[in-house]
Amino acid sequence: MVTNVTSFGRSGLSDWLVQRVSAVVILLYVICHAAIIINTPDMDYLQWHALFADPVMKIFSLITLVALCAHAWIGMWTVATDYLTTRMLGEKATFVRFLFLVICIGVLVVYLLWGIMILWSV
Amino acid sequence: MKVSVYRYNPETDLKPRMEDFDVTIPDGKDIMVLDVLALIKEQDDSVTYRRSCREGVCGSDGMNMNGVNGLACITHLSEVVKNDKLVLRPLPGLPVIRDLVVDMSAFYKQYERIKPYLQNDDPVPAIERLQSPEDRAKLDGLYECILCACCSTNCPSFWWNPDKFVGPAGLLQAYRFLADSRDTHTEERLADLEDPFSVFRCRGIMNCVAVCPKGLNPTRAIGHIRSMLMERGT
Ligand code: SF4
Ligand code: SF4
Repeated sequence: MVTNVTSFGRSGLSDWLVQRVSAVVILLYVICHAAIIINTPDMDYLQWHALFADPVMKIFSLITLVALCAHAWIGMWTVATDYLTTRMLGEKATFVRFLFLVICIGVLVVYLLWGIMILWSV
Repeated sequence: MKVSVYRYNPETDLKPRMEDFDVTIPDGKDIMVLDVLALIKEQDDSVTYRRSCREGVCGSDGMNMNGVNGLACITHLSEVVKNDKLVLRPLPGLPVIRDLVVDMSAFYKQYERIKPYLQNDDPVPAIERLQSPEDRAKLDGLYECILCACCSTNCPSFWWNPDKFVGPAGLLQAYRFLADSRDTHTEERLADLEDPFSVFRCRGIMNCVAVCPKGLNPTRAIGHIRSMLMERGT
C-alpha cells in the first residue's frame, strides 16, 4: 500500500471513479449547450439570460462546475506526482510539487467561488 | 550491417556513448539479434549483455532493439532491422550496470510486493489442494510470464514511479493470484492495491501488451483487478 495524503479521495479507486463520473458530467454539459446553441440560431441576450435563470440549469451548471474542479484537481495532482518527483528534479522536488499543488488549489478555489457568484448573480 | 550498441561502464565512463560495429551477416540467413551480439563479442569481448537459455524462456536478454523492447534471442533481424541498421540499447528506465545490463532491483521489488505465492489459511489437505479444470483455465495467460521486464520498462507510468506503481508485470502476477481459486487472501491483496499508485497509475496506454514476447496482456489483467476493486469498494 502506497500512502499519499494529498490525493483527492486518498484512495485510487475513488479518484479513478470521480475522474470518470466528472468527465461524463462535463461531456453532457458541453453536449447540452452545443445542442441549445445549434437549435437557437439567433440567440439574443434575453434568451441567454433566461436560460441561466432557470433553476434546473443553475443546478446543472453548479454540478458541472464542481465536477470540473474535482476533475482538474485529480488531473493536476496526477501530473505533479508523475513529473515533479525526486527522480526528475532531485532534492527540491517535494517543495516544487507542494508549491505547484498549492497554486492549483488556489486557482481552483477562486474558480469555484467565482463561478458560483456568476451563476447566482443571474 | 551496421550495429550501434549502447556502451556504458558507470565505474570508468562519465557518460554513455553509442559504439558502431560492422557485422557480416551470414548470407541468406535471418539470424536472431542475440546471434548478432555474439558476433560483436568476437570483435570486442568487453561488450556486455545477459543471456542464458537463448530460446525465450529464461527472460535474461530483454533489451531495446531499434526502439522496441524484446528478447534478443527470439527476435529475428528481419523483425527489427530497418535500412540495414540496428540500434541496441538497454531496457529503458532502469539504472545501467554495464552496457546492455540493467539493475532490475526496482522491478523485482514490485514483484515481491504483490506476494507472488499462494496464500491459503484453510487446513492443509492430506494430498493436495484440488482445483477444477475451469478454475485452472482462469490462470491461462497469466502464469506464463517469464519476468523479462520488457513490459514494465516500456511503461511510462513505471518510468515515472517505479517505487510506487507495481507495473504491468507485477500486476499481471497480482491478478494471477487474485484469480486463483486456491488463494484465500483476496481481501488483503486487494486492500494492498487500492491506493492511487499501485494499480491506478495505469493509464491503459497498452505499451506493455505491444511488447510482451510471450503475447500476454497485462492491461486486461489490470482491468480485472480494477473491476475487483470496484466490486469490493461499492
Ligand atoms: S497499459 Fe498500463 S501497465 Fe500497460 S504500459 Fe500502459 S500504463 Fe503501463
Ligand atoms: S508480462 Fe510479458 S513482457 Fe512482461 S515480464 Fe512477463 S513475459 Fe515479460
